[in-house]
Amino acid sequence: MVEETSATGWETQLSKNEQIAIDVRDAVKRYGDFTALKTISLSIKDNEFFTLLGPSGCGKTTLLRMIAGFEDVTEGGIFLYGDEIENLPPYQRPVNTVFQNYALFPHMTILDNVAFGLEMRGANKSDARKKAGEMLELVQLSQFSARKPSQLSGGQQQRVALARALAPQPKVLLLDEPLSALDLKLRKAMQLELKHLQRETGITFIFVTHDQEEALTMSDRIAVMSAGELQQLGSPNDIYERPRNMFVADFIGETNLLEVSVDKVENGRAICHLGGGHELTCNAVDEVGVGSKVHLSIRPERLFMSEEPAEGESLKAKVRENIFVGTDITTILDLADGPEFIVRTSNSDRGNKRIFEPGTDMYVNMEVGAARLLVD
Amino acid sequence: MAAGAASGGSAVTDTYKDARTWLLLPAWLTLTILVAAPVFMMLIYSFLTKEFRGGVIWEFSLAAYDQFFFDRGLFGDDPAKIEWTYILIFWRSIWQAGAATILSLVIGFPTAYFIATRPEKSRPLWVFLITIPYWVNLLIRTVSMKFLLRDQGPLNDFLINIGLIDSPIHIVNTNFAVQLGLFYSYLPFMVLPIYAAVERYNFSLSEAAADLYATKATTLRRILLPAVKPGVIAGCILVFVPSMGSFLAPDLLGGAKNFMIGSLIEEQFKGNAGNWPFGAAASMILMSMVLVLLMFYARQQAKSEKAEG
Ligand SMILES: Nc1ncnc2c1ncn2[C@@H]1O[C@H](COP(=O)(O)OP(=O)(O)OP(=O)(O)O)[C@@H](O)[C@H]1O
Ligand SMILES: [Mg+2]
Repeated sequence: MVEETSATGWETQLSKNEQIAIDVRDAVKRYGDFTALKTISLSIKDNEFFTLLGPSGCGKTTLLRMIAGFEDVTEGGIFLYGDEIENLPPYQRPVNTVFQNYALFPHMTILDNVAFGLEMRGANKSDARKKAGEMLELVQLSQFSARKPSQLSGGQQQRVALARALAPQPKVLLLDEPLSALDLKLRKAMQLELKHLQRETGITFIFVTHDQEEALTMSDRIAVMSAGELQQLGSPNDIYERPRNMFVADFIGETNLLEVSVDKVENGRAICHLGGGHELTCNAVDEVGVGSKVHLSIRPERLFMSEEPAEGESLKAKVRENIFVGTDITTILDLADGPEFIVRTSNSDRGNKRIFEPGTDMYVNMEVGAARLLVD
Repeated sequence: MAAGAASGGSAVTDTYKDARTWLLLPAWLTLTILVAAPVFMMLIYSFLTKEFRGGVIWEFSLAAYDQFFFDRGLFGDDPAKIEWTYILIFWRSIWQAGAATILSLVIGFPTAYFIATRPEKSRPLWVFLITIPYWVNLLIRTVSMKFLLRDQGPLNDFLINIGLIDSPIHIVNTNFAVQLGLFYSYLPFMVLPIYAAVERYNFSLSEAAADLYATKATTLRRILLPAVKPGVIAGCILVFVPSMGSFLAPDLLGGAKNFMIGSLIEEQFKGNAGNWPFGAAASMILMSMVLVLLMFYARQQAKSEKAEG
């Protein structure tokens, strides 16, 4: 009874500051002179689908390998549910990995591959196999359990790797670009499957990708990394709508990046100069004061075109080109003596949004909140 | 144009057909002259009658094989009993070669693993270092080993000086000395194939095993060893087979007591005292033994593969 009360007390306390599965505190990784990770701090919550997103070579795999225990931490520490795990070898960490190249054991059957982790945790062979069979059912590969890995397709191998890593019920599952080898269609299907699996098992997923669209689709939260540094941490919506700096705005989705100078800041609004006499009002940002030359990001789908200036912000422009890209039409505009703009109009919006022929003079419009000032 | 190109293509194929015959000729010649012919000659000689001063009389006889397996007394007219002398020599050879193979494996595997896990650039250097002692002739190496191991040799001096032992250990003229000699003679044949296998091994499999809670020992046993097994087996065969027929190490390091089949064969062809048909017969028996062992291994291998697949 006492134990239960204290457990409840613990839980309530945690629900206040949320339970932290993995806590990376001021972690630095150096290979000789080369610093692969520069003082990274981030907390990954229990039950979360967390994504590390960044271009090739930014240190995603390095961070994952540090959590799994394959690389040691040069400075700082990594905590698993509050415990420092620096001194635990990989085989003692309740963390499993889906490797980028799957790393299935080639001499074992699919079933034995999946049973391996269970056996190592002390299950006897028949129990381990039984449980492995259930895992294979979960990823819909039961009929292949007697095959060797080399007799499966890439997508099937990927699912085996997933089943193998999930079978011992780790506290945290690390996935290093597990979908990168799959074709687009299979990839989309696996994205959904992974998301479901994470919900069903309640295991914390740390997912690595360099595909921003994949990250936005799947994640509860995303950490955007570049050159060994954390650029921004937030929900997909946060990251997309409120990029903190140039890198994030540019890396995530498509955007109009404009060089501007801030003329005036009042009532939480900043008035910016685009060049060519064009002016734009947007929400002020604390770090950006009057007189600073900074960048402004406007998502192409937040812009719309009209014959007469609309309410909100309007700029006079001329259509250069329309490009049909399936679901959307992309229009390239030139402001007189100013920068170019890209506007995206969804085909489903054709009823209430206008498309103009190239060469037409018109206005490009947006809400005041659509443009976002960036810290460089 | 297209048709011309196509017929040109087939002409090229024909040219290759001729070329293949000619280009393979040296290989066939080498195999015939250096492998098939000598084995065939030995086979014939083993069924001929011996000449007392070496050489043979061209007359069919089973005497050589008879002498190997049966004891018919001093004058050859007693009832046939099994002759244990040569069978024992054979048995000792298997035993000695087996011990040398195990020794090579125990030392060679970690060595190969060590080299294969060095940075890629320094691996050739390590392989090179392994082969350096083998620039020296086998005879000289074996004699030097006898010098190193003898009672007043550097090894015993060293052990006495550091106070580990009081009086010299007798190593020369023991089985162990022969095993050491064989081990040292053929170590690279163990190291190199294992090195090649470990170098090809995908180390992320070891990481995957560790990730799935396997300790280092379990990873070695369940993941690394199965993956490099072909290299290990190749190494064992390459050490075991020449060790079986070796005569330098047993002669120089083992003394008269530790006679092996190689020495027995060598003796039959040396000087005037030999018995060529008998030496040839012993060679044929040695060869068939090794063949049987290899076939047995191949059968096992096929069986276990079937069981796995
Ligand atoms: N063992 C190592 N020694 C030296 N440098 C290394 C080592 N491993 C990684 N690096 C460097 O660290 C940086 C980060 O590598 P990492 O593998 O973490 O990148 P990544 O973000 O996973 O990239 P990708 O998307 O291409 O997989 C790279 O510049 C890489 O060259
Ligand atoms: Mg990577």
